[in-house]
Parts: sequence; structure tokens; C-alpha cells
Amino acid sequence: MKVSLKWLEDYVDIKLAPEELAERLTIAGLEVGNIQTIGSTWDNVVIGEVIALNPHPNAERLKLATVNLGTEQVTTVCGAPNISLGQRVTFAHIGARLIDAHTGETILLKSAKIRGIVSEGMVCSEKELGLSDNHEEILVLPPEAPIGAALGDYLGDVIFDLDVTPNRPDCLSIISIAREIAALTGEPLRLPSIHWKELGESIDSFVSVDIADPDACPRYCASLITGIKIVSSPGWLQQRLNSCGMRPINNVVDVTNYVMLEYGQPLHAFDYHKLKGRQIIVRRAGNGETITTIDGTKHALTPDILVIADKEEAVAVAGIMGGLDSEVTDKTDTILLESANFNQATIRRGCSHLQLQSEASIRFDKGLNSELPLLPLKRATQLLLELAGDRAARGIIDVYPGKSEPKLILLTAREVKRLTGLKLNIDEIRKVLEALGFECQEGDSGSQISVSAPYWRGDIKCSADLVEEVVRIIGYEKIPITRLGSPLPQQESQLSPVAQQSNIKEKLRNILPGLGFQEILTYSLVSLEKLQKLSPKLELKIPPLKVANPMTREQEFLRTSLRAGLLSTLAHNQKFEQAGIRLFEIGKVFLPRGKDLPEEKEMLCAVLSSSRLELSWHTDKEMLDFFDAKAVVENLLNQLGLKASFNIGDDEILLPGRGANIIVEDDKVGIVGDVHPRVMQAFELSNNICLIEIDLKKLLTRLTRTKEYHPISRFPAVTRDIALVIDEQVNYRSVENIIQSFPLVTQITLFDLYRGKQIPEGKKSFAIRIIYQSPSHTLTDEEVDRTQEQMLNRLYQELGATLRD
Amino acid sequence: MQEQLKNLHAQALDELGQVHNPRELELWRVRYLGKKSSLTKMLRSLAVLPLEERRKAGAQANAIKRALELSLEEKGRLLEEALLTSPLESQGLDVTLPGRPLSTGRLHPTTQILREICSVFKNMGFQVIEGSDVEWDYYNFEALNIPQHHPARDMFATLWIDAGMGRKARLLRTHTSPMQIRFMERERPPIRVIVPGRVYRYEATDATHESMFYQVEGLAVDKGITLADLKGTLFDFCRCIFGEERKVRFRCDYFPFVEPGVEVAIGCLVCDGAGCRLCGYSGWIEILGAGMVHPDVLARVDINPELYSGFAFGLGVERIHMLRYGIDDIRLFYSNDLRFLRQF
Ligand SMILES: [Zn+2]
Repeated sequence: MKVSLKWLEDYVDIKLAPEELAERLTIAGLEVGNIQTIGSTWDNVVIGEVIALNPHPNAERLKLATVNLGTEQVTTVCGAPNISLGQRVTFAHIGARLIDAHTGETILLKSAKIRGIVSEGMVCSEKELGLSDNHEEILVLPPEAPIGAALGDYLGDVIFDLDVTPNRPDCLSIISIAREIAALTGEPLRLPSIHWKELGESIDSFVSVDIADPDACPRYCASLITGIKIVSSPGWLQQRLNSCGMRPINNVVDVTNYVMLEYGQPLHAFDYHKLKGRQIIVRRAGNGETITTIDGTKHALTPDILVIADKEEAVAVAGIMGGLDSEVTDKTDTILLESANFNQATIRRGCSHLQLQSEASIRFDKGLNSELPLLPLKRATQLLLELAGDRAARGIIDVYPGKSEPKLILLTAREVKRLTGLKLNIDEIRKVLEALGFECQEGDSGSQISVSAPYWRGDIKCSADLVEEVVRIIGYEKIPITRLGSPLPQQESQLSPVAQQSNIKEKLRNILPGLGFQEILTYSLVSLEKLQKLSPKLELKIPPLKVANPMTREQEFLRTSLRAGLLSTLAHNQKFEQAGIRLFEIGKVFLPRGKDLPEEKEMLCAVLSSSRLELSWHTDKEMLDFFDAKAVVENLLNQLGLKASFNIGDDEILLPGRGANIIVEDDKVGIVGDVHPRVMQAFELSNNICLIEIDLKKLLTRLTRTKEYHPISRFPAVTRDIALVIDEQVNYRSVENIIQSFPLVTQITLFDLYRGKQIPEGKKSFAIRIIYQSPSHTLTDEEVDRTQEQMLNRLYQELGATLRD
Repeated sequence: MQEQLKNLHAQALDELGQVHNPRELELWRVRYLGKKSSLTKMLRSLAVLPLEERRKAGAQANAIKRALELSLEEKGRLLEEALLTSPLESQGLDVTLPGRPLSTGRLHPTTQILREICSVFKNMGFQVIEGSDVEWDYYNFEALNIPQHHPARDMFATLWIDAGMGRKARLLRTHTSPMQIRFMERERPPIRVIVPGRVYRYEATDATHESMFYQVEGLAVDKGITLADLKGTLFDFCRCIFGEERKVRFRCDYFPFVEPGVEVAIGCLVCDGAGCRLCGYSGWIEILGAGMVHPDVLARVDINPELYSGFAFGLGVERIHMLRYGIDDIRLFYSNDLRFLRQF
């Protein structure tokens, strides 16, 4: 909402500097986004009258204009087509600061010779004065503009751009803002006095009003003015509308807009003679009904939309826009002026249905009070009689089925203190509220007041609302600063599932960067295309949840895994960097559960690519493989106190035969392996890439077990190395399982895997270091020999393993 | 014999001078003081000499042995010292060569700043809880005093899962505030929690707008909690995050689920109040919205608003990081370019 300081000063004296006023309003909840000073540069510009116009001797299209500036007369060259005798114009002396019409930059006006004639100063266009972009014509001021006066005194103004919050539709009006200023500064508020002579016939003889849907239209007021002459508005009115960012149109439309800006009540003028049947009906539109609005658009209506109709058809979309057929035109001589109240939700639905918005609908959409329409109607009627009409019909139509009684709210100084910590006495509280237009009466006890909110404050419903009114006017800077003194709530146990979940995420975030992984965070929403890239048949195993109104196709589906985000990010970064990128994300995936909220599962996903380490002078650029990724998983789980086992996996994102399931206590908690070349191609990835994915919820259920403590043995350990020759098909895990089953074995390390010379075809050799130790005694050689012999026997019988010679 | 011993001593000392490292010193020891050394042999061979000569030669041999032992000890000490203090020039390193690479990663800047924010509030006794990203219309709007068709819905451009289904419609939460309701539904005062998490908006992205960002919600409810407590808590927070000197402003603002409502701004970090492009020439930068929990909200979760009061706040996470480092484009956060991420 743009507000002119000059206009505000009609209602309240303002002694604060504009910046200071803006700060006070902002702190009180009416944020001033921008302050625009009009005329601050017009030092050498004055108002004059064109008293002579002569042709330029050397140029057909130029004129020599003589301008009376009161104390002197000057002659200047002017090329504007609209200059004529008797006009009040603006004249810039040499040295004036103007906007150059061609470059848009500020320049100092110099004397110039135009086609042989020296021009001392110039008559200005709006653009040169910085008022608008109009440069074709000179600015013509109203006839009452005082000759010789500085333009800054006459046209200068300060425009505040206010950011009005949705709870304060009343502040979309100059009077309400003036009232705020009055309350903030302690100055009295002056309201316009309204009076006119009702000379016409009774309004009932012209028109009747029916409200068919009182819920949607609680009140409908109207007046009627005859003898209308449509002309341009006077300068002062045009200037006011311009300053608030509205274009003047004609005297009738301008008055309705002026009063809307002044009071916040939208008004609409109908050409009375275009209304059929002397009747206004406020009703729902019928199915199939149409209307063409004043912007020339034809709309199909539905019963969701409220219309103003005459006897035959809709003549306006209620509260949103008038119809073209009943619009005021140059030929209009009688107008019916509407000032009504419409239900907020009805208007909102109508706007969204018709994709239509207007200055009127913006106000109704925030919710206006049904007590509001009458006064602005009277004010507009008065102005129309002054500026456009001949006589007003006697009486005003006021159909008011939706009247509601104002509610009383009790307020005490104690309540203000309880909510704000600010100690005020009841008289201070009362003074603030009354300045804002609230009515206060002494309550049952001296410390209590009974308050009723003024009709324009529909947002005030409870005592907390009143408390805010009081403190915002007194000033939030007056609120003391204290620390929370209330007792601390019981703290959550570290063993609770919630704490564990957040702990495990934090632990992983602590571990992974140390293993070389950069954390990334990717969007929860992904494109269908990316999800399909993960899957060979372009079919999704879990159909993801879809956003009904996506902003872009890139962000249309809720991710069911973190994979797409990681791989796209990797692809993006591979453009700039080839060596060893490692990324991880910990975040939620969304698994649909019918019409219910989806399951939001916390996952860890990580990718490793290309070389084991960054390029350096120390090492060859060794490419990483499955076992690098596996080591990461083992390291992670180990640090969490878990031991993982692995079996061959079949997840479609991994290359068959080169992917494994991660198993913790017989439960699959994730996968690790080489990314399938098809997926790499789809995401435009290069080099070899391994991926790790772990379900944190599953990990968590394993974590809740307490770790077991084993005392450190005091007795010496015995180390034995063995080399086994074994069939290729036998995996290491089964060898390890057998060795591990002997209680004296405390550690097993595979230190060589060999194929080739000395080993038969189809076999391989494992070199394994075994450490034996007993918690209870020093082992003898015989004891270890015996154990190892049993072990070798089992390895031979169960796996066919023999000792290598 | 005496001549022999003298020569041996001279030879041993001469050779000891050639010893440059502990390994050579050990060989020297074996040669001159070991069981098979010539000195030992000589001592053994003394037995065949006449008594007088034997005594003289014995004394001399033992003296030489002791002298050699002392020399050995001294040399050992010297070698050790030399090893510590002056590596030989010829074997010195080019210490300016890059170190052997270790891969290291970092946490995402959002995680880093979230940790910082959470730790400030944890120190004030707030517990950290999390909520779900997909919510019912009821929790995101209705229970927070924003019913269907309420004009305040304009403040939250929403991404919907279900369109037009009333309170049973699912949506991507537009703020972390739904957790206020969910938490108060199951817990009684005293309440003191913060809720970090992702929020979503139906928004065309540009340098200052993202369709997804992080918020931290705060909620404290008990008897006697005031706007002054909110002011103290948030001023403390601003001081911890932005430093002792940073100016903080508390002004009235509107959010449907608080009353009175508050907006907190800090003095512009670029112009320090003089006005610049960053702060829109106001000298202030808004960093969070807050207020006293609306009595209707408390009543809705069966907490008596006449006995209890509370405050709530919600702050944008990325913005704090952006202000601190002068980052002018929020889109950098979730495009995850390593050239950006590695700077923090
Ligand atoms: Zn600034």
C-alpha cells in the first residue's frame, strides 16, 4: 500500500521526520518497505502561466512560449504538442536538476541555443521532473496551482510503501494509517465531515435490493445520484490517486477509488440506466451463466461465485470486478453507487476460480467488517455531488441481514504483565486502546477494563490481541529482557529411540568426513526421469509420491532413495574434478503408505569414484574397487560397535557379481558394490564408481543392544601362519567361519591371496595368520598344535582345503 | 706385549674415529671388546707370563679395556646426539614437497550451521526433536489458526500432495511449526524444544528464494513465560551467533499462531545500519519470526491458556550462513558444487 504523507496530514499532524515515522510504524507492525521523496530535487522549478505562444522563426514544430512566473516573465522554446495559452505549467530555471529525457540521468539545466534562439530555462515534462515516463507532453497543472510558487511546495510529497500484514486489512486505508500515527505520536485524529442535501426523490422509487445469500453478503448499501456529468477529475484528486499508484480515469471512477483508499471500503458505480428491472439481486451465479468484466474478459461462472445481478443477468462479479455492460461511460447520467460487505472466503474462492484480482478483491479477501460500508458510501456520495452530479436521491439503501454484536473483552494490567513482562497501569493501557478507537469501560474491579474493538478491527478477538495492541504502540523496545526462569523439562534419556536416532546420524556425520567423504544435501523432490535412470526396466519398484502442483518437472516426486541425488551430484562434480571424489548424504526417503502420510525413513548413501586417493607425486593413480567401499562399511559399523558380514547381492543398481548385501545379525541393513554401467551411462558418470547404502532404522534396532566387554587376557598369545589351497568356488567367509569356531582363536588375518604357479588350476591359496590366546592360562605348544590339527581336519573335510607345501 | 697393547689401543681409537653410525659402532664393539676380540685373547694369554710381567701387562690391559669402554660409551652418546640434531646434508628432505594425500571430507555448510544453532539452544535447556516433512493440512495450517481460505495462507505458497481435500490433504510442510502442535499434543508443560528440519515452498527459485530450505523451530511453554523471556532468549541467541556488538531489533509482526507477534532483525552486516543493497536500504536484516503462542493454539492441545503461556520462534538456517560469509545466492547450498562446499 502506497501512502502519501501529504494526504496523511489531512487527518493527523505529523511532526516526525519521514525516516523516523517510518521506523515507528515499522516497529509497531506496519513495515515501511520504501520511502520515496517526490520533489526533493526541484530547487529551481516554479509554477507559471503560459501567457503568449508564438511560432519559432526557424522551426515549424517548435513554439516560443512566454510564461508568467509572477515576479517576471520568461520566453522559452517548447516543442510539446499539448502546450496552450492559459495553462499552468512548471518552469525550470537554469541550474535546475532535471532528469535527461533520453539518458535517464540527472543533469543540471544549462542555457541553450535552440535553432538560433537562446532559451533561458524550460517548461518541463513529467519525465524531466521524475514523476513518470511521459516525455511527449509537458506537465499541465490544475488552474488553482499558485503562480510563482516553488513546485516542491505544491507537488512535493513523501510516499511510504507499506507492507500490510494479512490481519490488518483496515490498514489498506489512509485513515487507518493516520489513526496508527495518531496513536503512536499522541496527536489527535481529524476525520472528514460528511453532509449533503438530499434533493432528489426517494431512492426506493428507483431501485430495490435483495440479498439471496446473506452468508456471502451480510450487507448491501447503495445511493443514487442523478445529473452526472462525466469529466476528468480535478487536479488535487488526480494527484492523490497518482501518489498512491492509481491512474485517474474520470470523476466518478476516481471518487470511488479515492474513497476506497481513504476508508478501505471498495465501492462500485453502476450506470443506473443499464440495469434492467430497477432491481439489484445479490445471488450465486447459475451454471452456464457468463459475464464480461470491465477488463474485456468473458468469464464462465459457477454457483461458487457470487454475483450482483439485475432482473435478468449478472452485472458484476461481487467484490471482484464490475461488468462491462453496466460500466460508467461518457454518456452516463445517473449512477447507482454500491458499498457492500462480502464474505472473505467467498471472494477468495471466486478470485482463485476466475484467476482474477482487483484492488477491491484484495481488500475483501483479507476480510472487511460489515459495519464499514455506510460511512464511505456517504463520503463518496458527498464527493460525487461536489465533482460530478446534480442531486442525490433521498435516503440510502441499507440491507443488513448479517449484523453482529461487538464482543466485550476483559483486560487487566496483570494479563499484560503475564504475557509480556511489561508493567503498565490500567490507565496507560486504556489510553493506548482509546487512541486506536477501542471503547473501554471500567470493569468490576478497578484494575480491569472491558473493551470493545472498533468495527474496522475484525482481527481483535481475545485479550492476547489487546495485549499486542498495547505493547506495539508503547513500543517493543520497552519490553524488558529476561532469561527463561521456568524449570527445565525432564531431559530425554540417551537410550530413548529418538535420542538414539539422532545420535547415530551425528556419529556417522562425525566418522564419514574422516574417511574422506564430503557431505552433501540434495532436494527431497526429484524428477521421474532421474528415478527411472536408476532402474533397468524404467519401472519403479515403489511408485513415489507425486506433488500435485510441482513448480518444475525437476522437482515432482518425493525421493524413495538417496541414490539419484548422489549420482547426479557426482556427475556434476566430475565435470570439474576427476580424482577420487567421495560423497555422502544422510537424509529421509519417503515410502508411500496409501492415503496416509508416507513412511519417512532415514538413510545413508555414499559414493566413491575413480582413484583411491587424489592425484599426487607419491603414488600411482590407483583406481579404487569394491574392497575400498567394503572397508568403509566395515570401518563405519566397527566404530558403531557392530560387525557386518557380506553376501552376494542382487540390487539392480549394482553390477551383478560385484555387489554385496550388508548383513548385521542376519538382517540385511544395506548394500555395497560397483555401480552398474547402465546406471553410470544414464547419469553420464565416468570412471569406476562404488555405492554404499545403509538403512539407519535397521541399524538402530541392532544398536540398542549393549556392547559386551571382554577383559584383556594376561596370558601370552601364540601366532601361527598357515597357507591353504582350496577350490575357487569356496569363499573366504566359510574358511573364516571354521577357524573362528575354535575358542582359542582370537584373531584371524588374511595376508595373502594367491593364484598361479605352484597352485593347481581351479584352486587358490589363502595365507592366514591366526592368533591363539587363552583367557585363563599360558598356552603350550601341544595345545596349539592339537587345536590347529583339528582345525585343518575340519577345513579339509568340510571345504577340501589342504596345506600348501 | 706392552707394545702390542699400546698399538691395539691406538688402532681401536683410530677405527672408532671412522665409526659413523650405531651399526658400525656395534661391529667395533664386537671387534675390540667382544668375547673373541684380540684384547680378550690377550688377557687370556697372560696366564703363561711370569708373575711380575703378568701383573704389569694385566693392569695395562685392563686399563685399556676400561678406556675403550669409556670411549665406546662416549661415541655412542655422540652418535645419538648427532642423529637428533644434524641429519646429514646429503640425506635432507625437500620439506616443501606436498604431503602424502589423505582423503578428507567436510560437513555440508547447512549441517555445520545447524549444529551451531542447536548447540546454542541446547545450552539454554532446549531439547532437539524432529518432525516429518510430509504433513496433514491440519497440522501445517488449521491447528495453527490458518483454516481453509484464510488470507494468511498467502504467506505460505504450498506444495501439495493432495489438492482440495481439506484438513485430510497431505502437503510438504511449509514451516517447522506443525511440530509445535504434535509435540504439545503428547507432552505437558514445562516444554522447551527446538525442531530443526527441511521446509518446502511453491516458489520459483532465484538468488534469495529456494523451494527447499531448513528452519529451526523453537517452543517453550510453562507458567509465567513472557515476551520479555522471548526477547532475552533471542537476544542471547543473536549474540552467540552474530557477536557481542551486533545490534538486534524486536518489532511487531503478524503470524497467525502467535499473539503478540514478533520479528527479529539484526543490524546489517554489510553497511552496519547505513543502508545498502543487502538490507534494502533499511539498515536491518530480518532473521526470524516469533511470538507468544496464541491462546487458541494452546487451548486446541488442551493446555489452559489462562494458566500457561509460551513462546515460539522459527528461523531460517541458510540465511544465517549467507549473512556470515557474504554469500549472495541461496541456490549454491543444494546444487552441491564441491568448489562451494569445500570452502566451509
Ligand atoms: Zn545494509
